[in-house]
Amino acid sequence: MADNRADNIFEVSNLIVDVADMTRKPLFGPAPRLEILKGVSFTIPRGAVLGIVGGSGSGKTTLGRTMVRLTEPSSGRMLFDGHDIAHLSDAAMRPLRPRIQMIFQDPLSSLNPRLTVGRTVAAPLNARANDSRIREALEHVGLPADFARRYPHELSGGQRQRVGIARAIAMRPEFILADEIVSGLDVSSQAQVLMLLEKLVAELGLTLAFISHDLSVIRRLCSRVIVLRSGEIVEDAATADLFERPQHAYTRELLDAIPTPDPSVRW
Amino acid sequence: MSGFLEIRGLSARLAGTGQRLLRSVDISLPAGSVRGLVGESGAGKSMIGKAVLGVLPKAVEIIEGEILLDGQDLQKVSPGERRRLIGAKAALIPQDPLTALNPSRRIGPQITDRLVDILGWTKARAATRALEVLAEVSIPEPERIMRLYPHELSGGMRQRILIASAFAAEPKLIVADEPTTALDVTVQKQILKLISELQARHGTALLFVTHDLGVVSKVCDTLSVLYAGKVVEDTTVERFFAAPQHAYSSALLAATPRHTDPASSLQPVPRVVLDAVAAEVAASDSVWRPNGGAGG
Repeated sequence: MADNRADNIFEVSNLIVDVADMTRKPLFGPAPRLEILKGVSFTIPRGAVLGIVGGSGSGKTTLGRTMVRLTEPSSGRMLFDGHDIAHLSDAAMRPLRPRIQMIFQDPLSSLNPRLTVGRTVAAPLNARANDSRIREALEHVGLPADFARRYPHELSGGQRQRVGIARAIAMRPEFILADEIVSGLDVSSQAQVLMLLEKLVAELGLTLAFISHDLSVIRRLCSRVIVLRSGEIVEDAATADLFERPQHAYTRELLDAIPTPDPSVRW
Repeated sequence: MSGFLEIRGLSARLAGTGQRLLRSVDISLPAGSVRGLVGESGAGKSMIGKAVLGVLPKAVEIIEGEILLDGQDLQKVSPGERRRLIGAKAALIPQDPLTALNPSRRIGPQITDRLVDILGWTKARAATRALEVLAEVSIPEPERIMRLYPHELSGGMRQRILIASAFAAEPKLIVADEPTTALDVTVQKQILKLISELQARHGTALLFVTHDLGVVSKVCDTLSVLYAGKVVEDTTVERFFAAPQHAYSSALLAATPRHTDPASSLQPVPRVVLDAVAAEVAASDSVWRPNGGAGG
């Protein structure tokens, strides 16, 4: 089966997402279009971890939502494992959905408060609460099996985010999109979640796109980074190159804004 | 006379369950200096800020210790007097600029209300002052901004407005509770620089609550590291980043992302360190007397 898989899990070319700009709509006639993504092209090789970085409003979340087809692009091509999924219908998309999973930014609002952890993980699997895949997924993220009976409010922020990860990996996906998944966590949970993700990528052979506004968390995890600004890719480079030889002024600005934990480095 | 803010032996617990939230916390903050309160979520860092501002949730009771603001013990004055005292001398820069502003009211009155209601200023004087502080935080066209609603402004602008509001009454102490966690890095840098600049210019004492040691190294002079409501290390920023004394502090520093040294950063706090610090905190509890007199 491995033979007929495409080398690049994602091939995105000239992706455009625009919306009607209702604040500038004239009384009669159509609203002008506001471009959120202005022709974005990149590829993600199988097994790579791609960082997507940019300030607020740069379009990084829109790009992520388009890749998992929560948003339909206005134009452009988006090949997932060789299939163009840019304009697939919901029905045609459905068989591909289990292979593409997402981990959300806010672990509390992305978990149903009325479902136990076990049922949360079981839901996308259409499984019963005693299914072995649930225990296995919890084990992978380092949560004890008896956590399956707990509710989200009984967990800490870091544990909730682990549940989000368990739900995504239980589907045995090929690709996971992680959208700002550590920005709501304190440093020690942040480190735990990132190290967990690093381990899972290696163990399960995942391909990961990791969206963040903070370049410092990207360095350790990602092999390649694209920097977005106002819907355009301003830099696309291997992680080490990006940190050592940033080419674009905006990348340098992002790097300079990182508060390095060292009082001798002044801003 | 020591610090402008002196917290001595402050302990607090959750009414009902009796769960300890703060354990004999000592903090001294001289006028015009900046202290970071650092720790994981649930360590009690925001709780200290709330105690200082007199806005602890009803379920939290202070069981011993004192909070001296400019020499006056906040526990010993009447609630009305405490409100005026804190209103005149202290202010808060909150974490989330969107929830801290009332979405259905214009910006202007949200800044001036406090000045009129608590400090008894005239409306005209409060409005003039609001325009002044908005200009000071580099908000363009302050007259126009005063008439807008919060949703019409970006996150960075909203945080600037809250900073202006905090400095409006010329407080001598400001509690900043994670003021930049909701912002992206470039905006965070601008906001932190702005807070530092205003703090230095006005000689305000600043209690800076954060979990980000990177931010501490840029903004603070001294810091207190908290675990489970106990200060485990109280030191200066220079000494802390050169060589943290407590094992838990070193572990926290190793967990902090450091893009210049990716291999040795982002290390989760080891189990043994957590167990050791938990044991240490528990041991200090056994000498704590529920009805003991206040220290100092």
